[in-house]
Amino acid sequence: MRYVLKKLALLLLTLLIISLLAFLAFQVIPGDPTTKMLGSEATPERVAALRAELGLDQPVLARYWHWLTGCFKGELGLSYSYFQPVETVLSGKIQVTAWLSGLAFLLVIVLALPVGVLLARFEGGPVDKAMTVLNQIVMSVPAFFIGILFTYLFGLVLRWFVPGGYVSWRADMGAFLRYMIFPALAVALPKAAMCVKLLRSSILQELDQDYVRTGYSRGRSRGSVLRHHVLRNAVIPTITFLAVTLADIVAGSIIIEQVFSLPGIGRLLLLSISNRDFPVVQVIVVLIASLVVIINFLADISYQYIDPRIRLDR
Amino acid sequence: MKKRRNYNLILGLALTCAMVGLIVMGWLWTPFDPNAMDPASRLQSPSLTHLLGTDNFGRDIFSRVLQGAGATFLIGVAVVLIGGVCGVLIGGFCGYYGGWLDDLLMRSADIITAFPSILLALVIISLIGAGKYRIIIALGVLFIPSFSRLVRGEVARCKSQEYVANARLMGAKDLRVLFVHILPNTFPVLLSSLAIGFNNAVLAEASMSYLGIGVQPPDPSLGRMLSEAQTYFFSAPWYALSAGCAIVLLILGVGLIADGLGGRRRRDRA
Amino acid sequence: MLEVKDLSITFLDDGAKAVDSISFSMAPGERLGLVGESGSGKTVTALAIAGLLDRGRVRTEGQILFQGLDILSCKESELLKIRGKDVGMVFQEPMTSLDPLMRVGPQIEESLRVHSKLTARQRKALALQVMQHVDLPDPETTYRKYPHQMSGGQRQRAMIAAAFISRPKLLICDEPTTALDVTVQAQILNLLLRINEQSDVGLLFISHDLSVVRRLCQRVAVMYKGRIVETGPAEQVFSDPQHEYTQRLVAAIPSRGKGRRQ
Repeated sequence: MRYVLKKLALLLLTLLIISLLAFLAFQVIPGDPTTKMLGSEATPERVAALRAELGLDQPVLARYWHWLTGCFKGELGLSYSYFQPVETVLSGKIQVTAWLSGLAFLLVIVLALPVGVLLARFEGGPVDKAMTVLNQIVMSVPAFFIGILFTYLFGLVLRWFVPGGYVSWRADMGAFLRYMIFPALAVALPKAAMCVKLLRSSILQELDQDYVRTGYSRGRSRGSVLRHHVLRNAVIPTITFLAVTLADIVAGSIIIEQVFSLPGIGRLLLLSISNRDFPVVQVIVVLIASLVVIINFLADISYQYIDPRIRLDR
Repeated sequence: MKKRRNYNLILGLALTCAMVGLIVMGWLWTPFDPNAMDPASRLQSPSLTHLLGTDNFGRDIFSRVLQGAGATFLIGVAVVLIGGVCGVLIGGFCGYYGGWLDDLLMRSADIITAFPSILLALVIISLIGAGKYRIIIALGVLFIPSFSRLVRGEVARCKSQEYVANARLMGAKDLRVLFVHILPNTFPVLLSSLAIGFNNAVLAEASMSYLGIGVQPPDPSLGRMLSEAQTYFFSAPWYALSAGCAIVLLILGVGLIADGLGGRRRRDRA
Repeated sequence: MLEVKDLSITFLDDGAKAVDSISFSMAPGERLGLVGESGSGKTVTALAIAGLLDRGRVRTEGQILFQGLDILSCKESELLKIRGKDVGMVFQEPMTSLDPLMRVGPQIEESLRVHSKLTARQRKALALQVMQHVDLPDPETTYRKYPHQMSGGQRQRAMIAAAFISRPKLLICDEPTTALDVTVQAQILNLLLRINEQSDVGLLFISHDLSVVRRLCQRVAVMYKGRIVETGPAEQVFSDPQHEYTQRLVAAIPSRGKGRRQ
């Protein structure tokens, strides 16, 4: 428990530092946002008024404090290009990205777990050899290229979905999921391939351990030893990988949203970067960064429950 | 134990050599001028004249892929060089001298490596702007932490070994011990990480160029070609396929090398 | 009960002959010691008898008849029925031979889970009973411990309990005391002796340590470079070794160092 609390304190500290860095990073950029919002013809009085409204006339740390406390109240600042509060701009977009990442992560697990176990179970056989080669290739394909291929194959040739025909989950959940499955799969495939490779080698490594022979000596078959002993031991190194993967998937969603024209935060991020709409960029960056930190925190904690050796060492 | 052939390494080297050979050829000679437009031969399918067909401006795709792959390859190499050299220096000194600076740098490295590099690259690009050299700098800087962490670990491990103590007894100075006796021993481990880093760099560059925030026109890049090709996918699928497969082959070859190197290391230890 | 006839084992990957036409037999309840230096083929022999050799990696000749069944040529499914039920095995390294992520209790009753139709409650009762039998302290608590929470000696006791719980006819112990402290070694040997005397389990004890074998076993077979060079009643082999290798082995036993570690 003390370990968890210590980690939690560290987590909060990291979040604070990240938010400060992200805030400061976008303050040092040259250029006054008011020029963009009002145009270059604006009168000095109007510029001053707007600067006061945006809080730009205050010192940096005061502005950070104002922004941070605002975040806890759900006020994330004002978008320069939409002239709207950032939370309004974000609303509805987070869900799209969350669904996409969640689906993709689920697919990684659903695809990688059985395949990895199967390959290790029949190591050296024709299936293993063929799949290992295929796996290596899939690993090397960028997710956005898979997305493009999917658009062509499933969208244009097989007509299983209409490229660009995104349906909001509010309108029709079924159609939404039917559309989302393709981008999710595109993100998931390379990651699943990496996971298969890791899991396979991790299982094979565990199969060399003495306790496996003990299992056999008690009358277990290869499959049974695999299920009852090896799998749990082999999953431990996979957890770190899955944590990293989840973060990668969220980042990968940014790109795949572009391929499938999904209105998620990834597209918003890109749009805001090219519009130099930094209040929005800053919030999205802090949002994703926090997610990454929290995922790693959860992975650390989950070790405690899976590996009894760690539980006692602390 | 019978000696097993390292198929991964052999295959990877063969594939990479073939790709690099094509790329070098592309620098010296391409069948057509990659930028020469020819409205008469727009969106032609692959043929003997145009091996991979032509694009929407009638440009020869094979020539363009060669040129794009060359650019992507150079960016990957440059990124890995920046990350590798700085990483070796920082990791070497941190691992050798330790102290609070080591603690601070490595803690920060832990945090930075936890983030997807593409996200951090996006942040840096949004701060300094897009373009070929900016991408190289952004990705290169981002790769420093992971390399320094790796080198630091290896150096710390080597430091406590006997031959280092020996070298010191023989009167070698700190810097000499570090550069002559320790750092060369980290290279076997570093090598496969450099290969993986190269792949990540290629992937990141391609993704960002695809998104339009990486390499800017008129500089060539495979990622940018893919985003152009996507529009014409239905009428000219070979365009996107060529560019995409070039990326895949590049990554596949180097990935196999990384695998082979890792595998050999494991056997050496056993 | 057990009869090994002209057994030869060759590793396929390097063609090395680990065991070269050895023969011996064991009566029910007998304690037989298999002695030899490392690399003499004794562990491979033990694994072969337990049916644990990877059939894809070795070529075997001869027969291992266990209760009339030929371990070498029978089907894998028949091996599964014997392992853990009629043949129990205790390995050298109690640290690594237990699953680090599983509590000790379930590991002790594992062979019951595989072979019997007992309920979980019955299994646990049996496990606690056998844990008591092998002198594991406070069985209820130990049942819920993980291997890393126990000492080496306790782990080896747990291994013995696990091998013994389904009352096998044959218990193969492959250097069970080598990794342990001298005092713990003696305790484990006494435990094995007691188990053997209180039931009809045969004990095939494999060791490089002559003095240990001498204390425990009634009969000894000495292995050297894959062959059995001498067999006979323990006392006879030790007092009047015939083969030159055995003579050297016996001469090498330090006079006072009964439980010398190597």
